[in-house]
Amino acid sequence: MLPMLSHRLAGLAGTLFAASLITFFALEVLPGDAAQILLGTEARDDTLAAMRAQLGIDRPMAERYVDWVLGLLTGDLGTSQIYGIPVADMVRDRLAISLPLAGMAFLLTVLIAMPIGILAAAGRGGPADFLAMGFAQIGLAIPNFWFGILLVLLFAVKLGWVSTGGFPGWSDNPFNALGALFLPALALALSEAAILSRVVRGALLETLGEDYIRTARAKGVSSSAVIARHALRNAMIPISTIMGLQFAFLVAGSIVIENVFYLPGLGRLLIQSIFQRDLIVVRDLVLMFAGIVVLVNFAVDLIYNAIDPRARVQR
Amino acid sequence: MSVQAGADRASNLVRRSGPSMLIGGGLVLALAFFGLVSVIWTPYPSDAMDVLAKLKPPSSAHWFGTDHFGRDLLSLVMGGAWTSFSVGAAAVAVGLVGGVPLGLIAAWRRGGLLSAAIERSSDLIFAFPAILTAVLVTAVYGPGAGNVIAAVGLFNIAVFARVTRGAAISVAARPFVMAAIAIGRTQTAILLRHILPNIAGALIVQGTVQFAIAVLAEAGLSYLGLGIQPPTPSWGRMLADAQTFMFVSSWQPVFPGLAIMLAVLGLNLLGDGLRDLLDPRGRDRRAGR
Repeated sequence: MLPMLSHRLAGLAGTLFAASLITFFALEVLPGDAAQILLGTEARDDTLAAMRAQLGIDRPMAERYVDWVLGLLTGDLGTSQIYGIPVADMVRDRLAISLPLAGMAFLLTVLIAMPIGILAAAGRGGPADFLAMGFAQIGLAIPNFWFGILLVLLFAVKLGWVSTGGFPGWSDNPFNALGALFLPALALALSEAAILSRVVRGALLETLGEDYIRTARAKGVSSSAVIARHALRNAMIPISTIMGLQFAFLVAGSIVIENVFYLPGLGRLLIQSIFQRDLIVVRDLVLMFAGIVVLVNFAVDLIYNAIDPRARVQR
Repeated sequence: MSVQAGADRASNLVRRSGPSMLIGGGLVLALAFFGLVSVIWTPYPSDAMDVLAKLKPPSSAHWFGTDHFGRDLLSLVMGGAWTSFSVGAAAVAVGLVGGVPLGLIAAWRRGGLLSAAIERSSDLIFAFPAILTAVLVTAVYGPGAGNVIAAVGLFNIAVFARVTRGAAISVAARPFVMAAIAIGRTQTAILLRHILPNIAGALIVQGTVQFAIAVLAEAGLSYLGLGIQPPTPSWGRMLADAQTFMFVSSWQPVFPGLAIMLAVLGLNLLGDGLRDLLDPRGRDRRAGR
């Protein structure tokens, strides 16, 4: 276990390092620099030079890269060029929206997909299976931002039950805050639930074909007990692996969905910073999203190895 | 091949294809047809504004209604089909042209430095979710169709490199490849004549899946304002406009969204059908999303 762990940790560090290089240098090739953007085209050359010195962008590229990475390691994400406040402060408030949003979407994904996948597998080839797989095909095809718009149209514009977007904040009334996250989470969850329900069905059908299931049936165990106690438990290994990977996709999906519901989270901050050319923030956020995906995949891999000893031998 | 034999093969293909292939193929062909027609004819020019008839619900004059500039939504949806399919096809083509050679090299020179480099780089691209890669590329190079194609194409290169490598390794282990090596055929001949034709099915199936992903990505980017720029019609862009005017015209988000859904549904069903037909052993191979 230990050599495997150190090998994986080295791989993780390597991937994060490479991702930071790509993010940094991709944004370096942009025409014009931050000083130009801040001061506009009419700025005098000496003002531009002073601004560059103030922002620290007159120094060599390699030096600035090292500074950025060292800063990241100590929790200093730099200062927003547009707002002049530390990026770490901006990110902290927004994480308090994006992470609960991804968490709620994850919960909804599991709550929708598990029953659908189980019903489909239990009634294989029958009408329940047909309906469930129809749901999966259509859920996969509906773009989440369109689904979000339709939800707003129905529940906010037509019925007037909720507001069209925005976020009331956690301090006032946490239930209102959770309520504001519900529709965005549902919009995010739909396509992931469609994928997961297929995975649940497939994994269950595979275990239902095993000998021990036949034995359980022959013993006279009822068919719901066979599924709940024998099949589902063994099918959970592949299912939970996919679930873990989906969490990363839900975090990335928030980039679009937060813009549909005007939620002031990380995804909305990323898009706003792109339009405002606040490149310090863009750089931090891109790496942060990539980092979350890499870390989640890493954790899933470790958990998979821990619960399924076969995986260790096969690789 | 005689005409009769050709017709026999075609009818055989139709007979062997399941319902998902027929429905999916039908949807894709229908939308592609509307897209093609839009190049030479739309009910109204897609950029013709008529502010007196703005935000109108569907009527006999405007089947899908009009937007906030009074543009005909049916014409825009048709033009959007052309945009969506051409961007999707180009993004898949970029992925194939870039990814297949890389995947073949990675499979053929397995264990070598080059192969390791190819695998590490594709792992790295998968560390960035497709939407994040696309946002990063369009943030750097600006919005526009070409940059959307580059962004989604980059992700597709990694996907096709991985699929090609996996499929090529399994084909390379089969007896006829050994035989070709034994009779001294050149490496290029083996790759092009023996391996490539045998992995083509898997590539076509993956191509339809990546096509669907590209359609979704283009729509998402255009919705955010990072994709196709006006006046070029785009389904995603139309949805962004529709959301702004949701309070006055609630039917406006319906048709562009339906168009995206039907395109993606059609491509996914077509992919499932082709998988059963061409690549029965590859049912579990689904890289990237």
